[in-house]
Amino acid sequence: MTSAHSKLYSDDVSLVVVLVDTNPIFWATAALPFADFFAHLIHFVNSILLLNHLNRVVIIAAGVSSCAYIFDSSDAGPASGVGVSDTFDKASRKVEEFIAQEARATASNGSVAPANTSSLLSGALSLALCYIQRIFRSGTRHPQPRILCLQGSPDGPEQYVAVMNSIFSAQRSVVPIDSCIVGTQDSAFLQQASYITGGVYLKPQELNGLFQYLAAVFATDLHSRAFLRLPKTLGVDFRASCFCHKKTIDMGYVCSVCLSIFCKNQRKCSTCGSEFSRVMPDLNSMPDQSK
Amino acid sequence: MGSMTIGAKYKTTPKDPGTPGILRMNEDKFTFIPNDPRSAMKFNVDFRSIKGHKFNKVDGDKPALLNLLKEEKAGGYMFGFDSVGNRDLCRDFVARVLGKHQGIVPSRPTARPDNSVASAGLEQLSAAEVERRVKLLREDSELQKLHKKFVLGNILQESEFWATRKNLLDDEANKASKQRSGFKSALVDVRPSADGRTNKVTFQLTTETIHQIFAEKPAVHRAFLNFVPKKLSESQFWEKYFRAEYLLRTKNTAAATAEAAGDEELAVFLKNDDILAKEAMLKIKRVDPTLDMEADAGDDYIHLPDHGILRDGSKETVDTDSELVRRTLSQDLNRHAAVVLEGKASDVELTNTKTVAEALARSKKEPPSNSAVDDANHERLLKVARMTEIEDLQAPRSLPYAPLCIKDPKEYFDSQQANALRSLGGTNDGRKARNCSLSTEEAFHHLMDQVSSIKVNKLNCPIIQSDMALKVLNELNEGISRSRRLNLKNPQEGLLGQLPQHTRDELMDHWTAIQELLRHFWSSYPVTSAVLYNKVQRVKEAMTQIYQKLQHIKESAQPDVRHEVSRLVKPMTQALDAAFNHDLEQQQKSSKGGSRPNGF
Repeated sequence: MTSAHSKLYSDDVSLVVVLVDTNPIFWATAALPFADFFAHLIHFVNSILLLNHLNRVVIIAAGVSSCAYIFDSSDAGPASGVGVSDTFDKASRKVEEFIAQEARATASNGSVAPANTSSLLSGALSLALCYIQRIFRSGTRHPQPRILCLQGSPDGPEQYVAVMNSIFSAQRSVVPIDSCIVGTQDSAFLQQASYITGGVYLKPQELNGLFQYLAAVFATDLHSRAFLRLPKTLGVDFRASCFCHKKTIDMGYVCSVCLSIFCKNQRKCSTCGSEFSRVMPDLNSMPDQSK
Repeated sequence: MGSMTIGAKYKTTPKDPGTPGILRMNEDKFTFIPNDPRSAMKFNVDFRSIKGHKFNKVDGDKPALLNLLKEEKAGGYMFGFDSVGNRDLCRDFVARVLGKHQGIVPSRPTARPDNSVASAGLEQLSAAEVERRVKLLREDSELQKLHKKFVLGNILQESEFWATRKNLLDDEANKASKQRSGFKSALVDVRPSADGRTNKVTFQLTTETIHQIFAEKPAVHRAFLNFVPKKLSESQFWEKYFRAEYLLRTKNTAAATAEAAGDEELAVFLKNDDILAKEAMLKIKRVDPTLDMEADAGDDYIHLPDHGILRDGSKETVDTDSELVRRTLSQDLNRHAAVVLEGKASDVELTNTKTVAEALARSKKEPPSNSAVDDANHERLLKVARMTEIEDLQAPRSLPYAPLCIKDPKEYFDSQQANALRSLGGTNDGRKARNCSLSTEEAFHHLMDQVSSIKVNKLNCPIIQSDMALKVLNELNEGISRSRRLNLKNPQEGLLGQLPQHTRDELMDHWTAIQELLRHFWSSYPVTSAVLYNKVQRVKEAMTQIYQKLQHIKESAQPDVRHEVSRLVKPMTQALDAAFNHDLEQQQKSSKGGSRPNGF
């Protein structure tokens, strides 16, 4: 793999990958209608494109059963130029296609129960990182990449391992993950993602002013960020999900070989197959001062 | 603590018969008044100038001694006692007084009425151990404070207190440990000294040189074990040894042969050391068989006339036919080097020759003698084969290895998939249940509506309203200034800085005390014995007291700092609460468990 560290960056050129949560169940009950949200998003995307003519923006939709690229500013080509209506037309058409396809897939599949309210954050992150890697491998000077997650639905603990892996690979390729929560719940995944990769985590109170938040906090390029005072997250939820039941746990067992996390004492590690022969004492009788 | 008066003898050296007199000691000083009023050995010394004390092991007719060491290395005051009992009384008194002066009291059985198991508390401490502990306490005032609080307050026992600080003690001990001494690297060369008046010569032998002689000359060692004391006395043995050495040195071969013929014991020393010769044979077997010294002798310097210096620097003139020893300096040096490098097997207490000889015999294990000739031959052939093999024609010698077991990753992902599916069908909490009223189709339908409304309305709605913009700006500002305030300074430091000095010290003291107590509390679980049970009770009681003190601090704090104080106290009380809860749970468990007294 080509190391990101050896790359030549252009100081003020950004590549922003925006991950949009298109979870229908979330948007059905959200305080901010999807139509308004979409308008805020399009304006924000256009603002970024206007900040520098070399800036690039990619929008990836994260649904409940699949993810897709919705918009790529480089597709337009320099000749056609960038306009709000142009961006809007392209993006809205793609979103419609994507949602229709999602609806069909869900209907035919039938396996996705209505209760499943989490979107495929891990898949969307992977797509974003792949896209960024492709940019890294083409040409000599690169825009500074960053990822912005606009998430509304709650975390899916079953994606814990995949999300953490994406976070670490983002950290390795020096790609900050910014997060803006448009739902009601804080996201432990994104808190950790922003914390680990050095991005900004924000949970706005006034969702009707979403564009303003986006423009004030997330629009500046990475170079300028060094001179700005951006919101800092104070409490990061570092809890992990156990690998066996995908529950978020405070205290658990860790495989001494591969560091897999379990909520209950296991005879054998399900990840690496190590056998734990020593009998463990009851968790309740162990001193737990690390509360 | 009182005082003590006892009859003793003041001695300047251990061998000194001493000045009899009266030794009086109280908590601050000790005085010695000789029985003979004319004697000048009268003194009055403050205990603060005494750094430590030493006492001897009493065996046989040696007097019981107690030595009080002064601050500087200049020595001390040595007293002899009539009986060991008197000495021990004195020693215990001194230890207590010194302990008090230095902030430590060595274990006193009477000081622990609550000690249920006597054997656990009455540890026998060596003087060095006590010294180390005192040193640690003196160097670390915080440790001393804790020690005072808990050990002198009868909450923890001396041994319990130090048990958690083993690493500190060990560090101290390791620092003190000395390098083991081996043999001297100089050749053993005992030269006679003549008094010049008579024809007698005197050899000075120490146990150390004897040890070295035995190690370097196994034949002498064997002879000593065989002859002494059955056939010869020890001095007779050494006389013969030096006689033989003398004969060898003068190279008086004729005289040597004559004397050897007349005296079989002497002959032993004159003969070649057969044990060494055997060892040499064994070593030669291990030598690379392709090496042939004899064949190389032609181009070597061995045959040169200047080679083969005898140990006195004289040229080699020995007639090679002689039966007797033909030791050269190089042989001696070789043997000596081997012995020195081997080192002393164990720390033998070099008290007398007999023990030295026996210890050496014990440490030396006879190598297994495989006298079978064909076996040796076979081995030699194998060796030749190995030495002469051409490496790149050999198959690689495979090393034993255990194959690395990496599970099929597919299995893991399959299990993940199963888990994911299970969680999808699983139960949900109340919040999600609210959404369940909406089916997936309905939700998608709603979303499609939204998207189509986007297409219809285009981007008509204003994206920023002025009142909303103000709200957003305020929120962002507030968040940033809050995080800035918290990040500007260390919050803990800021909190502490606002408190008055004495409250701060008090809180810090309590915090270290709580940590110490909690460490002991948690380490005594599970409670498996009465000792642990008692310890938990004691520690719990102390924690309760601190808890009350903390509450008091919180309540009596000035109104302007009350909030800060309570914020600082909170983690302490939480930690204590966790311990109390645990204790309560254990008690409930044990009461459920039935008749067992301690629950385990």
